[in-house]
Formats: sequence, C-alpha cells, structure tokens
Amino acid sequence: MTSILTNLFDGVAYGMLLFVLACGLAVTLGLMNFVNLAHGAFAMTGGYVCMVLVNRMGWPFFAALPLAFVSSAAIGIALERTLYRHLYTRSHLDQVLFTIGLTFMSVAAVDYIQGSSRVFINLPAALQGQFDVFGVGIGRYRLMIIVICGLLTIGLQMVLAKTRFGSRLRAAVDDPRAASGLGINVPQVFAFTFAFGCGLAGLGGALSAEILGLDPYFPLKFMIYFLIVVTVGGSSSITGPFLASLLLGIGDVAGKYYVPKMGPFVIYTMMIVILIWRPNGLFGRTAAR
Amino acid sequence: MTAASDVGYHAQRQARWHYGEVAFWLIVLACGFLFPTRYLIMTDILRLALFTMSLDLILGYAGIVSLGHAAFFGVGAYAAGLLALHGIVNEPVLALIVAGLAAMVLGFATSFLVIRGVDLTRLMVTLGIALLLEALAERFSNITGGTDGLQGIEIQPIFGAFAFDMFGKTGFFYSLAVLFLLFLLARRVVHSPFGLSLRAIKNNALRAAAIGIPVNRRLIAIYTLAAFYAGIAGALFTQTTAIASLDVFAFERSADLMLVLVIGGTGYLYGGLIGAVVFRMLQELFSTITPQYWQFWIGLVLVVIVLVGRQRLHRWVLYVPNLVIKQVAGRKAVVAVPENDA
Repeated sequence: MTSILTNLFDGVAYGMLLFVLACGLAVTLGLMNFVNLAHGAFAMTGGYVCMVLVNRMGWPFFAALPLAFVSSAAIGIALERTLYRHLYTRSHLDQVLFTIGLTFMSVAAVDYIQGSSRVFINLPAALQGQFDVFGVGIGRYRLMIIVICGLLTIGLQMVLAKTRFGSRLRAAVDDPRAASGLGINVPQVFAFTFAFGCGLAGLGGALSAEILGLDPYFPLKFMIYFLIVVTVGGSSSITGPFLASLLLGIGDVAGKYYVPKMGPFVIYTMMIVILIWRPNGLFGRTAAR
Repeated sequence: MTAASDVGYHAQRQARWHYGEVAFWLIVLACGFLFPTRYLIMTDILRLALFTMSLDLILGYAGIVSLGHAAFFGVGAYAAGLLALHGIVNEPVLALIVAGLAAMVLGFATSFLVIRGVDLTRLMVTLGIALLLEALAERFSNITGGTDGLQGIEIQPIFGAFAFDMFGKTGFFYSLAVLFLLFLLARRVVHSPFGLSLRAIKNNALRAAAIGIPVNRRLIAIYTLAAFYAGIAGALFTQTTAIASLDVFAFERSADLMLVLVIGGTGYLYGGLIGAVVFRMLQELFSTITPQYWQFWIGLVLVVIVLVGRQRLHRWVLYVPNLVIKQVAGRKAVVAVPENDA
C-alpha cells in the first residue's frame, strides 16, 4: 500500500515537472500551430546554466533557478525575433526541418562546450533525503518540485484567466486577424508568450537535472514526452496539458516500477491509441483548427 | 486537341526517358569502375538513395509527412538479418524480397493509423511507431540481440555465384542493380494514372475526392509501397554490412532521411539519389573537419536550407545548367524541379 502511495507521489512530481517543461510547447504547438521540436533545447539550456552557476560559481541553488528561467527566455526571444517568426506561415515540413536542425546544433554545441557525460547539480543539504509521513516515503526534492510547479500552474491559470494579457493571448490565438483588428499587437503577444514558454522550459530543465538526468542528448530523448503532453492534452486550456502530464508522469513511474520489462512500450502505445481515438487530444476542442 | 488528350499528351511527354536520365545512370554505373577503392561508401550512398526514394514516394508525391520512416528500414534490416542468421532463406535476393514484404505488411497495417488526421497527428504517429518498434526490439533481446545487435550474420553468395567480398564490390553492384530495378518500378508508378492521382491528392485532397479519386485507398497503397522500399533498403543494409543493431530504428535516421530528401528536392525521384550523394559528401567533409561535432554543421545546413527557402535554393542550383542549355540548345530550360514542393 505504502509503495503505491510513494509511487503515486513520485509520479505526481514527475508529471508536474513534465508540465513545466512542456507547457511552453503547448502554446507554440497547440495554440500557435508551430511544430517546435527544439523545445527541449531551451530546457537543456536552463539546466546547464543552473549547473554552471551552482557547481562552478558557487551560487545557491534557489538563486540559480530564476537565472535559468531568464537565460532560456532571453535566448528564446532572440531566436523568435530573428528566426522563428519567419516560419509561422510556412508548411509543417519546413518547421519540422528547421527545428530538427536547431536541435542537432544545440546537441553538438553543448557537447562541445560541456562534454557528453551526464551532469549533476549540487543540491543544498535541505533538499536531500526523504522523510516519512504515515509510512509513505516523501522525497524532499520531489516535494519541492510539487510545490514550485503547483504554484506555477495556479499562477499561469490566473494570468490566463484573469489578467488583461491573458485575454489578449486568448483572443490572438482564437482569431489573430480579428484580434489585430481590435488593436492587439499579435506578434508581440506571441513573442512574449514564446519567450515565457522557453523560460519555463529552462526552469523545468534546471529542476529536472536531478530526476530526468541532464546530458547533451536531453532534447532528443525527451522530445517525444513533450509532444505527448501537448497532443494528448489538447490545447484549449492549460488544464488539458496539465492533466496529460500528470497521467504521463504517473503512468511512466508506475510502468517502470510494476512492469519494468515493458518499459516505454506502454506510453507509446497509449499515445498512438489516444491520437487515433481523439486526434485533437483527450481534453481538446472537438473542431480541428 | 481536347482537354483530356492534352493532359494525356503532357503526361506521356513527362514519362518519356530524357537523355539526361540515361546519362545519369551511365555515370552511376561508371563510378563503379572508376573508383574501385571506394565501394563501401558508394554502397552506403546507394542504400541511402533507395531509402530516400521511399520517403519521396510518400512525402513528395502523396504529401504524407513522416518522422518515423526508420521503422520500416529497421524491420527490413532485422528481417534480413534473422533470415540469414537462422538459415531460413539463404538466397540473398529471395531474402531481400521477403524482408521487403515484412516491412510492407507493417506498412499496410500502420497506414490506417497514418492516413487519419492532419500533419501533426501523422508526425506523432509515425514517430511513435518507430519508437515503439525500437522499444520492442530492445525488449525482445533474445531474438534481436538487444543493444549488441545481431552478430555473426553470414550472407550466402547471390544466386550461389557471386560471393560478397571484403572490398564490397559485389555489394556495390548488387545494391546498384536493386536500386535501378526499384527505380524503374517507382518511375512507372509515379507516371501512371495512379501516380497522377496521388499528386492530385497532395495538392488538394478534398478536390481529389470530389472528382472521384478514392483518397484513402490511394494513400494506403502508396504508403504500403513506400514501406516495401524502405524494407528493401534496410535489408540491403544488413546484407552488405552483415550487421543489424538497434540504431536502425533511431530517430536520427528518420531525421537525416528528411534532410537528404530536402537537399535533393522532393517529388521527382532523382531528389533522393542526388540528395544521398550530397549528404554523404557533406558528412565526410564535416567529419574530417570536426570528427565529433559534425552534427552541428548538418543542423546548420538544415536551418539555412529552410530559411533560404527550398524552392529558391533549387532555382539557384539549376541556374547555371539551365543557362547552358538555353545557350547551346536554344530552347527553353528542361532541367527543372517541380515547383509545388511539399
């Protein structure tokens, strides 16, 4: 019984992490209809920035996390302004080719700068180990992830639903032409959202170094996971991707624990079945956009 | 001339063999005699060309975007490896066809998943299938040899007469013969009414359906055929290198394949052949400059190609040949890439 609860806890932490990593992609892929396979590269950037700051320069872990966010967001906005925005109207094939190219470049570049082996971030002592609550083992680090990611999710939902920027974004996504007709600066809204999504990915990358492992092949290894979150979750709200990441996280942890031999098999089969059954995702809109 | 016979006339003119094409194949054949020390890399190029032609059939002609074409390559490779390893089919040519058919069956079964949905769903489903197969091959390591791959494969002589030698001479001519035969078949297919209907579907599936083309059945047919081609390419890989390992299913293989096709240009069959040559040369060049980081430059090439625009790039490349033709022959340029790229 307790092992089930511990697995559930780990799965939730994993799922939350996936959500923070992938929710930027939910906006670019789901809302702006841009196939960005290079999303993992931004996550990796954040992870490596955090690693360098903490391990080499002795920054405290919690001070390095915001910087991971900022650096990824900065790179994101630079690339969006210079390269990505020319490709919004191009075919999916062009977008795929372009972002695969970027991914290859990022993998080789990080390999060149930091070496190809897996890196670890030195965690403060307060985050290590675990404690028991009614016999259920709770990892401190995972608990912190759940808290941070939970707060972020609530914050995002509030921003989208309650603020002026949120309504602008929703309007721009629903109908870019009508939105710009109403005086909303659609490219600016998209650029800002793109950068914010990249920043979140960077933060997720920094947080995930401990759990997912961080090496130059990160963008390729986890690409499929991000895509699953978005396509299964649909794009009508952030609740869909959130639930999808929780499902994926719990499913993956439980799968590895109870049927280790089937491994990733379960996840891929589930993804294909869901995509065939509901092409717009489990929680998506019914009409294709 | 009525409209129908006009269309027929142009379709037939397109389908006729040009001098350029004959020359192209003669040059390829001549390479086999001119560079006897380079058989291994040339065989590699031929294999890649066949594999790319398979992607061209579905992407360039039918407009199906696939990120998991390595799935069929892998099935072909493992099928050929297992057939030879356990001595089930000893004749390489027969084994090649059986391996191709195995991939074809998989292609037919998965085509029903792929033809549903839009580009994005197709990308995900094809990628998912390739990853699924990779996971399966790793799981059933007692059959596939797991991460070590199949070892100790021995390929019998072709027709019992031509043994595979260590310089790869037999492998080269064998691959060339297979490539040429399959090219003839593909050429026949894409210039047939069936091939024309595929182009109609690619341009506008709704209109194609409205003029009575059974869209789904045509897509299933071409996807199955492309799977057969990819399976043959995979089987050639195993037969000429005598190895089959998990990386036949790798995502990088599918991604590289797209790059090869894009370099060569989609929708005119030679794209795969030219792309394969250019890609391997680029790869050689980059790995002599930076042995470990050639992937960076490959990525850069992809990014530049997309940013410049594929059609514009092809126009630039063809500018000089067309100018020469115009001056010498005094007629309009004949060397052209179809404008309606995927």
